[in-house]
Amino acid sequence: MSYQVPKFRHPDLPQNDLGYTKADYEGTISTLCAGCGHDSISGSIVRACHELSIEPHKIAKLSGIGCSSKTPAYFLGQSHGFNSVHGRMPSVVTGAALANRDLVYLGVSGDGDTASIGMGQFAHVARRNLNMVYIVMNNGCYGLTKGQDSATADRGSASKKGDPNIYSSIDLCGTALQMGATFVARSFSGDKDQLLPLIKAAMSHRGFAVIDVVSPCVTFNNNPQSTKSYEFVREHSEATGTIDFVPMHKEITAKYQPGSSHEVTMHDGSSLRLFKADESLNPFDRRSAITALEDHRYSGSILTGLIYINEDSRDLHEVLETSQRPLNELDETDLCPGNKMLMNINASLR
Amino acid sequence: MKPTDIKNPEYFHKVVDCQHACPAHTPVPEYIRLIAAERYTDAYMVNWRSNVFPGILGRTCDRPCEPACRRVRVEEEPVAICRLKRVAADNKDDITDRLPKIPSKSNGKRIALIGAGPASLTVARDLAPLGYSIDIYDNQFAGGGMMRSQIPTFRLPVDVLDEEVNYILNMGVTTTFNIEVDSLKEILDKSYDAVFIGTGAPRGKGLNLPGLEDAMSNVYLGIDWLSSVAFEHTRSIGKRVLVLGGGNTAMDCCRTSRRMGGEDVRVVVRSPFDDMKASPWEKADAAHEGIPIFNNHVPREFVVEGGKLKGMNFEKVEAKYDEDGNRTLIPIENGMVFMEADDVLMAIGQENAFPWIERDLGIEFDKWDMPVVDKVTFQSTNGKVFFGGDSAFGPENIITAVAHGHQAAVSIDLFCRGEDVNKRPPPQVTLASQKMGVHEWSYDNAVENDQRYIVPLAPLQKTLKDRKVEVELGFDIAVGFKEAERCLNCDVQTVFDELRCIECDACIDICPTDCISFTTNGSEDDLRSRLEAPAPELSQDLYISADLPTMRVMVKDENVCLHCGLCAERCPTTAWDMQKFLYNVSQAGQ
Repeated sequence: MSYQVPKFRHPDLPQNDLGYTKADYEGTISTLCAGCGHDSISGSIVRACHELSIEPHKIAKLSGIGCSSKTPAYFLGQSHGFNSVHGRMPSVVTGAALANRDLVYLGVSGDGDTASIGMGQFAHVARRNLNMVYIVMNNGCYGLTKGQDSATADRGSASKKGDPNIYSSIDLCGTALQMGATFVARSFSGDKDQLLPLIKAAMSHRGFAVIDVVSPCVTFNNNPQSTKSYEFVREHSEATGTIDFVPMHKEITAKYQPGSSHEVTMHDGSSLRLFKADESLNPFDRRSAITALEDHRYSGSILTGLIYINEDSRDLHEVLETSQRPLNELDETDLCPGNKMLMNINASLR
Repeated sequence: MKPTDIKNPEYFHKVVDCQHACPAHTPVPEYIRLIAAERYTDAYMVNWRSNVFPGILGRTCDRPCEPACRRVRVEEEPVAICRLKRVAADNKDDITDRLPKIPSKSNGKRIALIGAGPASLTVARDLAPLGYSIDIYDNQFAGGGMMRSQIPTFRLPVDVLDEEVNYILNMGVTTTFNIEVDSLKEILDKSYDAVFIGTGAPRGKGLNLPGLEDAMSNVYLGIDWLSSVAFEHTRSIGKRVLVLGGGNTAMDCCRTSRRMGGEDVRVVVRSPFDDMKASPWEKADAAHEGIPIFNNHVPREFVVEGGKLKGMNFEKVEAKYDEDGNRTLIPIENGMVFMEADDVLMAIGQENAFPWIERDLGIEFDKWDMPVVDKVTFQSTNGKVFFGGDSAFGPENIITAVAHGHQAAVSIDLFCRGEDVNKRPPPQVTLASQKMGVHEWSYDNAVENDQRYIVPLAPLQKTLKDRKVEVELGFDIAVGFKEAERCLNCDVQTVFDELRCIECDACIDICPTDCISFTTNGSEDDLRSRLEAPAPELSQDLYISADLPTMRVMVKDENVCLHCGLCAERCPTTAWDMQKFLYNVSQAGQ
C-alpha cells in the first residue's frame, strides 16, 4: 500500500496564468477505495482550479462527514479547509462567506450528508443563494458504514448485498430548484469532459451553484442491480447538451455554428457557451428545468449537464447589502461609530 | 493506432531503457533490486551471464545505460548503474560453484580465438560449457587484451582484471600467449571448425605535422604509450606533457602522465569542451587531478630547437555550427599559441589493421580495407571466420565487444552444428505479476527522491604517487543500498487488460506523471496532441489498448512513467497489473 505519491511530476506540465502547474493544486494521496468515483471528482476539482488560475489561498474547501467529506484532504492542499460536523457544512460556509466574501467557497458533501442529516441546512443555504459551489458526491449509499441505502437511492435499486430499495428517492437537483438555487447541474464522475466545464462554470457563478455528481461506490454499489453503477449511469444518462467554458480574458478561438449555441456571460467576465441537445429544456427557465427533471425521472433516464442557470442571480451579500470590503478586514475604526455618535444615539432615545 | 502487441518482447524491452541501451542487454533493474536485497552474489551472476566482466565493467564501462536512465527525464542525474555493478562485484562471495560446468568430454569441435580481449573471452565463455575445444592466441603475456594494455591500473586494478579473465581461461581453454599471429592461413591450416577474430583496433592514429621528424623521440602514440606503461617498459615521462585528443584514451594518457612524473600536464583538443568524445566523468576525473583541458586549439607544428622538442604551436579556433549541426572550426585572428612540452602524447583515434590476414582466404575486404562482416551473425564471407569487438566494425568499447562475442558464439555454435546462422534464437522472456496482496507488491514500488550519491575517492596525494592505487573507492554497502533504491524498476511493467476496465478514471487521477489518458483513437500525431500531458518524446512509445465499451482507448505514454504501481493500486478491477518483465538475450546452446 502506498501512503504517498512520488514527488516527481511530468516535466512539461502546463502552467496556468499564475505560473502554477496542476501539481500545485493537488492534495495528499486518497485513502478511499480504489476506483471510487469521488477521486475522479477530486481530480476534476484540481484541474478546474488550475485551469481557472485561482490562487490556492483564495479558495476555501469545506465539508461535512462521510466518504465524500474526506476528499478535501485529497485536493487543493494549499487552500483553506474546514471539515465540519455531519450535515452542517452549509452553516460553516455561511459564516465564513459572510466574514470574508473574497474567497471562493467550495462545499463538498455526500448524499447522506446532504439528503439525510443535512437536508435542512441544504434547503436553507439554497434559498439564501449563498455564493458558493456545492458539490454532492452522490453514490446512493452509505459507503463509510458498509453500503446501506441512502435517501438518494432510487426505488428498486439494490446495492451489492442489499434488497431493492422500497422508498422513494430524493432528487437533489429538483430539491435545489424548488429551494431557489440559481445554478443547478448534474454530472457523472466518470465523464470529466462534462464535469470539468460545469465545475468551472459553477465557480464563476455568483450565487448558490449545486452540482449533483453521480459517483459510483465501487465497493458497495457498483453491481448490476444498482442505478448508481458505472455501467448503469453510462447507459442511462442523457445530457442536456454540452458546454464550453471560456475563462475571462481568454479569446474565444473555437468557431461556432450560428444559432446552435447560446452564450452566457458570467459574473466574473468569463463566458459559458451552451450547445443544447434537448430542445425541450430551456435552462434559463426554472419551470422548464423542473419539467425536464420529472420527464427524465419518469422515463428512467438520468438527466445530466447544466439544468438551470439564473443569469440575474443576486447572492446573499447583495440581498443583505453587506460591505464590499470583507467583514474580517474591517477594524475598530471602521466598526465603532465613536463616542460622539453614541452620545447622539443615546440623546435621541432620551 | 493499432492496439499495442505486448506479446512482442521488444515492446517491453524498450521500456526498460537502461537494458535496452546496453549493447549486451544486461537486465539492469533486476540486479539492482538484488543489490538492494543484499544478494550481491546473485546480482553479480545476473551481470556475469550478460556482460561477463562485472567487476571490470563496474569500473570502466562507457555506461550507455546511464544517459538512457528514466530518472534523467524526471530529475537531474541517472542511477549510478555502473558503480552499483561494482558494489555487486566487490561484495560477492566465491562464485566458482556457480560457473557453468565444463563437460569432461569435448564435443569434437575445435575453435580458434585470435586475440584474448573481451570479445574472444566472451566467445570462450559461451562455447566452452558446450564442449567446444578452444585455443586462444594473443601477443600479450596474459589475457584481457586492451583491458590489460590500455586501461590504467588506477582505474582497473590488475587483480580485478585477472580474476574475471581467469574465470574463463580456467574453463579448460588452451592459451598461447606471447605470440603474434602473423598469418590467418596458418591458423586455418590447423583445420579448426571455426575461427573468431577479436584482435581489436590496435593501431593508433598519428598527426603528421611539421617538425615531427625531429621531435619523434619525444612524441608517442597514446595507446602504445599506455601499454608500454602497463607492461612497465616505460617508467617515466617529462615534466611538461601535452596530450592531444579529446577522447577517453586522452584522459587515460593525461592521468597516467601525472603519475609518471608529469607535473604540467595539459590536454589540448581541437573541438569545444562539450563536443569532446571523452565521457563526462572521465573529464571530471582529469580536472580533479589538476589537468587543464585547452579546447578549440588545433595543433599546427612541433617546435624543435637544437634537435630537441621544445613545444608545440596551436591555432585557436571558434566552432560554428550550421543548421544541420555540422561543425566548422574557424581560426581566430592572431590566434597562434605556443605551449612548452618535454613530451607529447597523441591520442586522436585508433583503427583496425589486418596485415596478417591473407587476401585469398575468401574473406572479402571493403574499400576501406576492412573485412565485410555481417552485423547480426558476425560471420565474414568465409563462413568459418567470424569477427567481433573492435576488429569487426571499428573502435567501440568493452561492453560492445562482449555483446559481439555472445552473438558470434551463437553463430559459431549454429555453424558447427550445420544450422543456418541467420536463424537467431528468440530472447528468453518472462512476464510475471508482482501482486502480493490487495495493495502490496513484491518490489519496492515507493519512488525515492534522493539525488545521485557521490562515489568516494582515494586522496590525491596518494593516488598521484602510485599509478597502481585505485582512485575510485566504490560505494560502501550502505550508500550502495541507497543508490540502488533510486532505481525506478522500469522492468516492472504496467500491463493493462481492457476486458476488466470499468473506465472509472482512477488511474488517470492518481498517476503522478500524467502518463495515462482515455480518449478516442486516432493517428499517433493526433493522439500525442490530446493526451493528459504533453507527449513530445517520439522515441518513447504509446501503449494503446483495444477499444473500451465507451469506444475510447487507453493510451499510456511510456516516457516518464515512474513504475510506481499507483495505477494498479487504485484500479478496482485489476485491469492494471504490475508485472516483472525479465528479458535475457539467448546465448549459444540455448
